[in-house]
Amino acid sequence: MSDIVPAPRSSLWVRYTSSSPIVVTIYALILGLVVGALIITTTTPAVLDAWRGLFGSWNGLPHALNVSFNNVGAGYREMFTGSVVDPQGFWHSLVTGKGWPNTLTPLSETLTYATPLVIVSIGVGIAFQTGLFNIGANGQGVIGGIAGVAVGSMLHMPTIIHLPLTLVAGIAGGMLCGALPGVLKAYTGAHEVIVTLMFNYVTYAFLLFMVLSTPFQQPGQSNDLSRTMDPTAVLPPLFGTKSGLRVGYGVFVAALVVLFAWWLLNRSSLGFDFRVTGANPSAARASGINARKVIVVAFLISGGLAGLAGIVQVASTTHYVDGTFLIGNAGIGFTAITVALLGRNRPMGIVWAALLFAALGVGGRNMQSTTGIPLDLATVIQSAIVLFVATPVLVKEIFRLRNVSTVGLQISTTGWGS
Amino acid sequence: MRLELRGITKRFGSLIANDQISLTVEPGQIHSLLGENGAGKSTLMNVLFGLLSPDEGEILIDGVATPISDSGDAVRRGIGMVHQHFMLVPVFSVTENVVLGFEPTKSFNRIDYNAATEDIRRLSRQFNLEVDPDAIIENLPVGTQQRVEIIKALSHDAELLILDEPTAVLTPQEIDALMEVMRSLASAGKSILFITHKLKEVKAIADVITVIRHGRVVGTAEPTASESELATLMVGREVKLTVEKSPYNPGDEVLHIRDLVVLDDRGLVAVNGVSLAVRASEVLALAGVQGNGQTELVEALVGMRPVLSGTITLHGRDITHLTPRKALDAGVGHIPEDRHRDGLILSMSVADNLVLNTPRRAPFASHGTRNLAAVAENAVRLVKEFDIRTTSIEAPTSSLSGGNQQKVIVARELSRSLEFLVASQPTRGLDVGSIEYVHRQIVEHRNKGNGSLIVSSELDEVLALGDQIAVMFEGKISGIVDSSASRESIGLLMAGHTIEATSV
Repeated sequence: MSDIVPAPRSSLWVRYTSSSPIVVTIYALILGLVVGALIITTTTPAVLDAWRGLFGSWNGLPHALNVSFNNVGAGYREMFTGSVVDPQGFWHSLVTGKGWPNTLTPLSETLTYATPLVIVSIGVGIAFQTGLFNIGANGQGVIGGIAGVAVGSMLHMPTIIHLPLTLVAGIAGGMLCGALPGVLKAYTGAHEVIVTLMFNYVTYAFLLFMVLSTPFQQPGQSNDLSRTMDPTAVLPPLFGTKSGLRVGYGVFVAALVVLFAWWLLNRSSLGFDFRVTGANPSAARASGINARKVIVVAFLISGGLAGLAGIVQVASTTHYVDGTFLIGNAGIGFTAITVALLGRNRPMGIVWAALLFAALGVGGRNMQSTTGIPLDLATVIQSAIVLFVATPVLVKEIFRLRNVSTVGLQISTTGWGS
Repeated sequence: MRLELRGITKRFGSLIANDQISLTVEPGQIHSLLGENGAGKSTLMNVLFGLLSPDEGEILIDGVATPISDSGDAVRRGIGMVHQHFMLVPVFSVTENVVLGFEPTKSFNRIDYNAATEDIRRLSRQFNLEVDPDAIIENLPVGTQQRVEIIKALSHDAELLILDEPTAVLTPQEIDALMEVMRSLASAGKSILFITHKLKEVKAIADVITVIRHGRVVGTAEPTASESELATLMVGREVKLTVEKSPYNPGDEVLHIRDLVVLDDRGLVAVNGVSLAVRASEVLALAGVQGNGQTELVEALVGMRPVLSGTITLHGRDITHLTPRKALDAGVGHIPEDRHRDGLILSMSVADNLVLNTPRRAPFASHGTRNLAAVAENAVRLVKEFDIRTTSIEAPTSSLSGGNQQKVIVARELSRSLEFLVASQPTRGLDVGSIEYVHRQIVEHRNKGNGSLIVSSELDEVLALGDQIAVMFEGKISGIVDSSASRESIGLLMAGHTIEATSV
């Protein structure tokens, strides 16, 4: 038996040079930005021209480096000011007390984008913790959006009933869509990855059908557009419509979801069953856990949250759905998979990861419009971060991190087996 | 080959796994390396096989200092290793596995299977290693798979064979066969380094015994040394190898199994009409070579495997078709055969594992919310009561040694109010100290008036614990004897000789 070695006292130095999961994640973030910088350098025409000037002589090197740094700097500056805050504008507002809405717009946009992303990612994270891959969160979000818009636009009642009912309809829609793969897996052994993945296509088709058919289609429209939700059913902006800030009451919904998920995973008996099943299905069975029930309930919760995310997004932004709802870059149900992994499937981790992803997306748009660096760079950075998080050994090697433990880094999901 | 290790030291951070280890293996010698789990045996072998590089010390082969850079290097220098967990491809044939990595080729780079097959035949004949070169690995019994590993090592002209806990997975008969093979290898001049923690085997086969503890050589012994001498050397304190039991005085019948039929995973009959009865204050030991239906019988008892026909009653109550949850609630305690697969969540804390099958029971939860204070309190109490060595109750169970992991399971099961205990291979892979501990707990449980069914493929364990010994062979009970029965008679029953009739 090995002697018990007392843990070294964690000085600041030890903490930043040891490979704890959080430290590795932060270094992965830095590496992701480095990758982004390299791509800006190698793809921006102005920078490339400066480097081309080097052929034959080294005289142009300072200039080339200068141009590179300037471009990378400008890109990342625009990304930051476009997603968090412009320091100059902030200072101006602070001194004069004016222009606050403008100063806060980037932050508001980031929060607006992050709100549904947090909700859906927590849903995906809960499924992951149970050992289930819910690849169908996007489709569940679509159904949640449709159900919520239907209730929000076709029924008419006072806010106090209408808004909660709309959100509940979104949850119910997502649950229904999540229950099917759950039941299929629990009772027939159908692999949830295949079923949920395919269900996404079913839901897109259903969305197109709905937005082109009465009574769901906007009356008098031939385009793929739904009815608009009643003002009594939407999540209003926090600072009123006049402020121009879109961030809405959805953030409170997201906060409630975070609290719920924390309780579920860390304090509830049900969550304990989830985690046991996710970590070791065989031992879960031996200790009396009903695997079928756990699978179905986990999928209900995961789908319900995806559905809630769908309706929260609609109710705080467009107030209607169209044929492109949650398609392509807007497919937060797919982004949620990476966000959940980056946040290590823990509610607070997911909040940080979702904020980061939202900021990169929102800031990337600003960067594109002001510097011409394409928005895709944000996606590249997001992907690079996740890749580095998924390869802790590489990160540890690059930064010479002390090998304390990588146990916490293992992503707690099962693969194609089972 | 004459192998000498001189002052081998290997550190992992602040932990010294090997501390100045020196030993010499002479040609044709069977040298036993005896030590508890975690004593540093496997580290030393990995150093020798080039999988780890030593921080200090040197390896001498035939008197020449030879640094070994990797396992390929080790193989080229005539060192062969048979790992505890076999490194074979299950879907490949014996021949394919033997040539894997060192394929003999004909023209156009084609693998020369005929030459390889011939080679295997020659080695099998020479060393009594019977094996069919064309058989597929996954269809072979474990003992035969091990032979393939040995042949593989020999086919690379190994002069020194390292056998890492080779008997851990074998049946008594397979162990005997392995010992025969080891003797024939030694008489052919091969050196053997035999790593184990089993005292009987060491005494039976070794020429020289080196005992290591906490990474240091604590002594060498002759095979004539007594088991208790060896155990004391290995553990560092005196160990009781036999458990003291109160006199056998069984009470009323607790568990009754009647004509039980259970299928295995492939749908074949694994338990074929078994009837057994266990009384209060009695340990019924179920002996048998692994794979004769014991696993399926236990799984049926605890509700993890459907019962095709027959009945199981506990205190007269029918528990035949219960779910695992209901079986647990009925008071059936279960120490599973594979603790990592069925008994523990390694990534979770000791505290959580101690309530793994009672998480919803008061006081651990109420109204669907867990009471973590009660869970922690329970953990503190059990860690103390069952002497579980852990840095904290929040430490992940994976950080515990095998013996302490098993203590977590034993503590969890015996601390619930049980009606009956089912323990399957309760000391597999444990060191002497932990075996002693687990045995004492089981006997204490019995002395308190409880009934238990202990499944084991270790004869020593069966004899140490059982008041009655039932032997299972090919899904049937081949005989029930009492604890005074001889090892030979039980061995015969395990091989399928029945008392009343012969059956194959």
